[in-house]
Amino acid sequence: MSDETPTASPKTVDLAAEYESSGVAEVLRELDEDLIGLAPVKQRIRETAALLLVDKARRDLGLAQETPTLHMSFTGNPGTGKTTVARMMAGLLHRLGYVRKGHLVAVTRDDLVGQYIGHTAPKTREVLKKAMGGVLFIDEAYYLYKPDNERDYGQEAIEILLQVMENNRDDLVVIMAGYADRMDRFFSANPGFRSRIAHHIDFPDYTDGELLQIANSMLRGQNYAFDEAAERAMTDYIALRREQPHFANARSIRNALDRARLRQANRLFSESAGPLGVEALSTICEPDIRESRVFQGGLDVDRRSADLAAE
Amino acid sequence: MRITQGCFSFLPDLSDAQITAQVEYILGRDWAVSVEYSYDPHPRNSYWEMWGNPMFDLRDAKGAMMEFEECRKAHPEAYIRILAFDNTRGWETVMMSFIANRPSTEPKIHLQRTDFQGRAQKYAWDVRT
Repeated sequence: MSDETPTASPKTVDLAAEYESSGVAEVLRELDEDLIGLAPVKQRIRETAALLLVDKARRDLGLAQETPTLHMSFTGNPGTGKTTVARMMAGLLHRLGYVRKGHLVAVTRDDLVGQYIGHTAPKTREVLKKAMGGVLFIDEAYYLYKPDNERDYGQEAIEILLQVMENNRDDLVVIMAGYADRMDRFFSANPGFRSRIAHHIDFPDYTDGELLQIANSMLRGQNYAFDEAAERAMTDYIALRREQPHFANARSIRNALDRARLRQANRLFSESAGPLGVEALSTICEPDIRESRVFQGGLDVDRRSADLAAE
Repeated sequence: MRITQGCFSFLPDLSDAQITAQVEYILGRDWAVSVEYSYDPHPRNSYWEMWGNPMFDLRDAKGAMMEFEECRKAHPEAYIRILAFDNTRGWETVMMSFIANRPSTEPKIHLQRTDFQGRAQKYAWDVRT
């Protein structure tokens, strides 16, 4: 923060004023408004924000010197908003002055691990250089560690990461994300990570009602809307889709809506005779949803493998 | 003899904090940063060794400073310079260059005079320790 006085540290601190002026309030408000559900996550983030705010005040008063460990792990099923929250977290840390630039670099194993000997270290370092001053988000971090292959290059990337997480705590915050059970196994195999990660946040699955709300807000963002029958169809869709393989929460909903828009466009194109109004162009109707393969028992591939298993 | 080339070379050596601030300026103008080193500081030697590739996608000076520190660790007795490259169409050139590390004892630039045809004289400079 540029308005800090380097000469004499102040004697008192006004947390409420600090809360408003640092812009943390704004980020938390955004978090509350933009994200549907995820109550435990929001709670944890509010707690983390409070902790960081107090810690910053303590540092301003000269009570603490050390940068706290800020590396985090986000666990949860796909499509539960881990990347979105990570991006907000980057903004939050930036406002509080814990990272200098506040950008998010999202990577997976492919971006860190090379294909041949000597390829991994430069690749990992390249990514780390890019992430300096911001947040490094490692999606599906457990793929870095393959216990069945001891010559896997992932180990090299892990070592570099651990070193940077320890030595460059002022420059970079690492957030690791993935499925809960596999992350647990990853951490128990790499105790170095567990001790360097202070905040574990678990992302619960969305309920059907929340997913419908998400669908509605996604459509609103694109200036579309369901009519009443379509909303009922969407409710059925969500319940059915959840039972089928590869369900990815909000991401599945987004894909479903993309396909519904495609069907709507097709329907308008083939049925319409004469000019179309705003209403017609922006309404998703029941058949657009009902035509989905989800109502016929899922994707052909999945159904075939299920049939094979039954035989 | 103190070698003077590039920006700031008549000023006292920059501290790491000052180098960081310069790199921050470079990144603020969307230029690419690169690190080069050489044991031959002759002014006509424009081809220094590259330390890694130019860094086009950094957001923070720390990334470039890591490379610079690595280079300094590997070549503490070399001249190391930091360059800023502007890739906008029409410029596509080095916008800034400064020496960030010097050897503990700098070489001299020695003037050599030779007689030539018809009592003419030719001058040449070389770098000597």
